[in-house]
Amino acid sequence: MTAEHSPQNTDHLLHVLFREQQRARFISDEAINNISKSLNLPRAQVEGVVEFYTFFHRKPRGRFDILFSNCTSCGDTKLLKSLCEKLNVKPGRIRSDGLVSVDQTSCIGMCDHGASLLLNNCLTITSLTTERIDQIVKLIKSDTVIQAWPRQWFYIGDNIHKKGLLLTEPFKSGSALKAIIKRSSIDVIDEIIASGLKGRGGAGFSTGLKWKLCREAVGDTHYVICNADEGEPGTFKDRVLLNSYADLVFEGMTISAYAIGAKQGFLYLRGEYRYLLDTLNATLQRRRETGLLGNNILGQDFDFDISIVVGAGAYVCGEESALIESLEEKRGIPRIRPPFPVTQGYLGQPTAVNNVETLAATAKIILHGDHWFKSHGTSQSKGSKLLSVSGNCARPGIYEYDFGVSLQEVLNDVGAENVQAVQIGGPAGRLLKPDHFSRSISFEDLSTGGSLMIFAKHRDMLAVIHNFSLFFAHESCGFCTPCRVGTRLLEKNMSKLCSGRSTAYDIDEIRHLSALVSQYSHCGLGTSAANPIMDGLKNFPNAFEKRLLNREMEPEFDLDSELSEARLMTNRDDPGAHL
Amino acid sequence: MSQSILIDGIEVPFKSNQTIMDAALAANIYIPHLCHNPCIKPHGSCKLCTVEVNGHTTSSCTTKAEDGQKVINNSEKLNKARLTITQMLFIEGNHLCPTCEKTGNCTLQAVAYHLGMLDGHFPQFYPKREVDASHPSIMLDRDRCILCELCVRASREFDKKDVFAIAGRGDNAHLIVNSPSGKLRDSDIEQNDLAAHICPVGAILIKERGYEIPIGCRTFDLRSVTEIDLGDVKLSEKSSHHE
Amino acid sequence: MSKLRVATTSLAGCFGCHMSFLDIDERIIELLDHVEFNRSPLTDIKHCDPCDIGLIEGGLCNIDNVHVLKEFRASCKILIAVGACAINGGVPAMRNHHPLSECLAESYLNGIGVENPQIPDDVEVPLLLNKVHPVHEVVKIDYYLPGCPPPADAFMKVLGDLIEGREPLLPRTMLRYD
Repeated sequence: MTAEHSPQNTDHLLHVLFREQQRARFISDEAINNISKSLNLPRAQVEGVVEFYTFFHRKPRGRFDILFSNCTSCGDTKLLKSLCEKLNVKPGRIRSDGLVSVDQTSCIGMCDHGASLLLNNCLTITSLTTERIDQIVKLIKSDTVIQAWPRQWFYIGDNIHKKGLLLTEPFKSGSALKAIIKRSSIDVIDEIIASGLKGRGGAGFSTGLKWKLCREAVGDTHYVICNADEGEPGTFKDRVLLNSYADLVFEGMTISAYAIGAKQGFLYLRGEYRYLLDTLNATLQRRRETGLLGNNILGQDFDFDISIVVGAGAYVCGEESALIESLEEKRGIPRIRPPFPVTQGYLGQPTAVNNVETLAATAKIILHGDHWFKSHGTSQSKGSKLLSVSGNCARPGIYEYDFGVSLQEVLNDVGAENVQAVQIGGPAGRLLKPDHFSRSISFEDLSTGGSLMIFAKHRDMLAVIHNFSLFFAHESCGFCTPCRVGTRLLEKNMSKLCSGRSTAYDIDEIRHLSALVSQYSHCGLGTSAANPIMDGLKNFPNAFEKRLLNREMEPEFDLDSELSEARLMTNRDDPGAHL
Repeated sequence: MSQSILIDGIEVPFKSNQTIMDAALAANIYIPHLCHNPCIKPHGSCKLCTVEVNGHTTSSCTTKAEDGQKVINNSEKLNKARLTITQMLFIEGNHLCPTCEKTGNCTLQAVAYHLGMLDGHFPQFYPKREVDASHPSIMLDRDRCILCELCVRASREFDKKDVFAIAGRGDNAHLIVNSPSGKLRDSDIEQNDLAAHICPVGAILIKERGYEIPIGCRTFDLRSVTEIDLGDVKLSEKSSHHE
Repeated sequence: MSKLRVATTSLAGCFGCHMSFLDIDERIIELLDHVEFNRSPLTDIKHCDPCDIGLIEGGLCNIDNVHVLKEFRASCKILIAVGACAINGGVPAMRNHHPLSECLAESYLNGIGVENPQIPDDVEVPLLLNKVHPVHEVVKIDYYLPGCPPPADAFMKVLGDLIEGREPLLPRTMLRYD
């Protein structure tokens, strides 16, 4: 695929596969052969991609295909179970009449709305309750077309509870572009550098410096990518920015393009946010029509356009080099770095990959100046941060604070009481106990991409940590040994622990494994996968210890269940048929 | 201007653009590895060749040598981690050495011998993976695949074909064949391709050549993996074929 | 010095490890100066007395294997997993590719030459486990002696070390998985 293709990228492999999945409800061998021929891609590449992404299936899914979030904030195992029972379908399976299939999926970014699900890979229903589940079951059982389902079910509100630097003032599209178009690109970069803006994804690299390095890198062309693959469980700020501040984000992308000298930009939108696609494309079209995108932007010698590529369920694609691989129609495997994308990114060309929030901030900095921006925040962390707050609190949603705000202040504002723990930065971040709540949110103290999950005293922290370990095992790309095998072993260990079959020996095992996975993995997914477990052991040792058996060792599997098939086959249930 | 790095205190010269692994191999220093072969572009997935460079762990096969680098390779800590990673590779597949034609010629086994592995330590995954015996002369037993992608890369870079690829994700990642049926029979692989020979384990085997050399007299029965750069041997054989 | 008491058993294995052990030939006489055999197919003693060393050949394929392994763990100060099957399931674990129901159906119901097809359900016949497992997944194992089978010299080396009160150490030349 090249930049010359249609603005909507209709022939991008991920989009072709999506249409086929929607049409046939699975991707058959024949479809893979046809798609590989029509796109002139190796068959194995197409098959590899199909089997990499959660939303593509090699076996048919139901006419109603439900993916229930299994996130600790927007999932609900009890509701999932009851949905399956009422529909008479097993999780992960299709009902024999082909009507419905139900499966789990990683966080779908609806954490401020409670239990949520994806319907037919393109619609989202939030705020699930027992009553809503019953209504859904009724509609499915009566085979009611989705167009006839209550429209308000699919409405997703923003839940912005506190506005700061970025969100307070309404943004007039084109205003920031008009301010730069007479300035040199070097000048623009210098202002972004001077503002002290750092990447909002969590890593905290200077945005202006990234642009500078990218601009200076030699290449036939340069690319701008907006990373909207917001997959970290508990994060939903980009969803809100793209829903209500898309112009600001696109304007930031255009400024970035102007600064680095790019003609083509991509918004890589996570598949879970597909419901935003039409509106986003309409916004892009409006920007083209008003001279803010396309050729001769604002009448100047500046050509730039943006197209949107939609992912298909793979957390690892939030890692910028994996995202680029995915844009290049491959499996999302993180690349070896260096070289970094700023020198060799998309199609080997210099590429600036920025977070949605970062790009929005650049447009505001251009409008108000670097002094305005850096007068907020702390010495190392300038400006503001959008927090996606979820979990046990009265008012989950988006909160924008200047950097340096204490965690306790946030907890007070969101109405969180009896807090046992806070997971900041998502499962890849840190698990904190009340002793830490006086710490501040900033790059120098508690760094976060925006996720802030609150767990009240009644929550079972081991179950939470097990949930996170399942998440990493499910999302590991499988490239390197320590992460591929280690995340699965950690998940099995946590599962054994939660079922009350672990001993002190297993805890030692968990510690050793955690250290190995964090130290020897290829990318950030692996190096952070054991964080919740290690933090849990450190900050919540009692939760682990009280679940342990006082024995030297306990079998790795439940011995009695290991006889289940034989008992069934022989119709035996005598005492000698049990362990 | 001559440049050098220090590996475990030994001064090792290198040429520009060489990796730590390149420099070490050229100096006859063994760094355990499975997914690396000197004539194939490195990709650093097995993580056995992890070394410490100026205090940071990194894959030596993908890290460029830089003048004055202090590299720790043969330390107790690193070898312990390598042993654990090797055990992970054993338990995630179905590596039943006594039943495998590759035994004695298997680099995974040889590395495990080198690291003193006695057991798999972890619970076995016992995955169910497909065997592809469709090709008249080449056999694919995925039970033994360690996802090193040497065949994938050898086919693409050396044979100028594209016979293999990886599909799936996480512990469901698996080797696939680039043919309309997904079977080796319908691919353009040939017996003389490097991709048919480069497998470090018994996942890709040449048919009708079983037990030509008795068990006990095979490569690693006689010599340690540290003495043998199997990749080099294979590649020189292949090079002569192609010339 | 009192003799070390040694027990041995073969679970889901082929007795090949025991045969290899017997390949120590006349050295067994010398060995008997230092050890006495308790429960073992060599002595036909059916249950363990408290022992110093237990040698386990074979993995776990049925309920009896689990009972025997537990008896060994409870009776032996030192438990050694001997051979490929004990260590990773070995050849018997090849059935793990198939659900147990398919294995039983093939053997007792649908297989070629099966007469009077029925799955044995007598209480005397031990129930099979869903999968074959290595022994370390169920009890703590102190030492591993790999090989299929481990060579006689390896048995002598490990027992020799233990007799002399040393940590058993297998030289690289005796480290084999095949």
